[in-house]
Amino acid sequence: MSGVRVLVGTRKGAFILTSDEKRERWDVEGPQFGGWEIYHMKGTPADSNRIYASQSSGFFGQIIQRSDDGGETWHQPGLKPGEPTKSELGLPLAESNKFVYDTSPTTGKPLTTHQWYDGTQHPWEFKRVWHLEPSLTDPDTVYAGVEDAALFRTIDGGKTWLELPGLRGHPSGSQWAPGAGGMCLHTILLDPTNPKRIYSAISAAGAFRSDDAGASWKPINRGLLSKYIPKPDAEVGHCVHKIAMHPSRPNVLFMQKHWDVMRSNDAGESWQEVSGNLPTDFGFPIAVHAHDPETIYVIPIKSDAEHYPPDGKLRVYRSRKGGNEWEALTKGLPQRDCYVDILRDAMAVDTLDPCGLYFGTTGGQVYRSIDDGDSWNPIVRDLPPVVSVEAQTLL
Amino acid sequence: MIRVILPPHLRVLAQIDGEVELEIKGQATQRSVIDALETSYPMLSGTIRDHTTKKRRAFLRFYACQEDLSNESPDTLLPKPVQTGEEPFLVIAAVAGG
Repeated sequence: MSGVRVLVGTRKGAFILTSDEKRERWDVEGPQFGGWEIYHMKGTPADSNRIYASQSSGFFGQIIQRSDDGGETWHQPGLKPGEPTKSELGLPLAESNKFVYDTSPTTGKPLTTHQWYDGTQHPWEFKRVWHLEPSLTDPDTVYAGVEDAALFRTIDGGKTWLELPGLRGHPSGSQWAPGAGGMCLHTILLDPTNPKRIYSAISAAGAFRSDDAGASWKPINRGLLSKYIPKPDAEVGHCVHKIAMHPSRPNVLFMQKHWDVMRSNDAGESWQEVSGNLPTDFGFPIAVHAHDPETIYVIPIKSDAEHYPPDGKLRVYRSRKGGNEWEALTKGLPQRDCYVDILRDAMAVDTLDPCGLYFGTTGGQVYRSIDDGDSWNPIVRDLPPVVSVEAQTLL
Repeated sequence: MIRVILPPHLRVLAQIDGEVELEIKGQATQRSVIDALETSYPMLSGTIRDHTTKKRRAFLRFYACQEDLSNESPDTLLPKPVQTGEEPFLVIAAVAGG
């Protein structure tokens, strides 16, 4: 029997919401890792029982967790207690939580600083993993987007992580600067038709594309205009909030920028604004319908100074034409006194027919729609602030 | 034998109840104790001190014998009662956040 597993990361733990294909009745399991921030959880397309989670804390740093049974049990994919951490040659055997920037002159880039808030150069400092993107074909291969912005990869199921230093080592790297939420790499998109093509996005550097499996990268920000930076059409410096694509059409990208909703029809070579009639084009997540690549969703937020919906009304906006023409979806969502935020990784779709849409709020609600967004219902209402939502379709 | 008491979150990560008992080769210092702890419990690597710099994480403190040892050199000998196992070495998660 098919069904859905919704993976919810919150400020105080992880929750797993499961339902059958009707998606009417839900079981809520959690919290897992109670008291820890769960920035992201994602299941692997190659094995639906394999789930990775980013667990972090201002006290204890970064932990990577892995489940091989659909989230029933978890372990750190390193070593068992008592096993040596180094080989006889002194090489690290498994260090599942270790994310160290590659600055070696042979494999890495000797880049050690980026631009700080005051314009000075600042050392790169690892803080946490924001996003985990499993390979489309290999459950042991996962990409991790981290703060301070860099891309890491494991090919051994999370036991060890190595940086793909070509991204951070791009000549523009020393110009990258943190956004208000930190300098985070939050978006990783894998092209299902071209295993060598990867997209990534960084706040507040912009979008990047690799056509050689992550070895080298180019900024893809032509057409973005950010009035808050000295050169609004600069090659880098744009605060991209999220990028989405439909797997059937990976050259078409949709972007929620800090302000502006954007579209690219040429794999990011150029972008056009498609904000159209949105009440405000500030926001964080953006999603594409599972079965109609021209139907997209955003959740407008009033402004960068006021991180809540305009007029206290929580509205998802849908465009069936890939942007420009938007309609408000309000049924089942609070239309007064609502002042929650929806963070960049907190919206997801499943691939059942009709496809399910899900988003979580900083007020702890997780909403779902199974009619293309025409109506919404809360699955849960009182979780800790929701940081991320991912949907796994179980067939 | 050195006794170490960890904060609850780290006990969960390491899947242990109560105190940890460690045999230290050589002198008992903050560095040697945490080295031994990370060897026995590799899942704790990076949680008490940074992976790269080996500096204590900002919101953790080291206490023993009613003294705050957090800002002492990591190579300073631990107090005698800790070396003999009479008193534990405590890793404390700071009370912070208002």
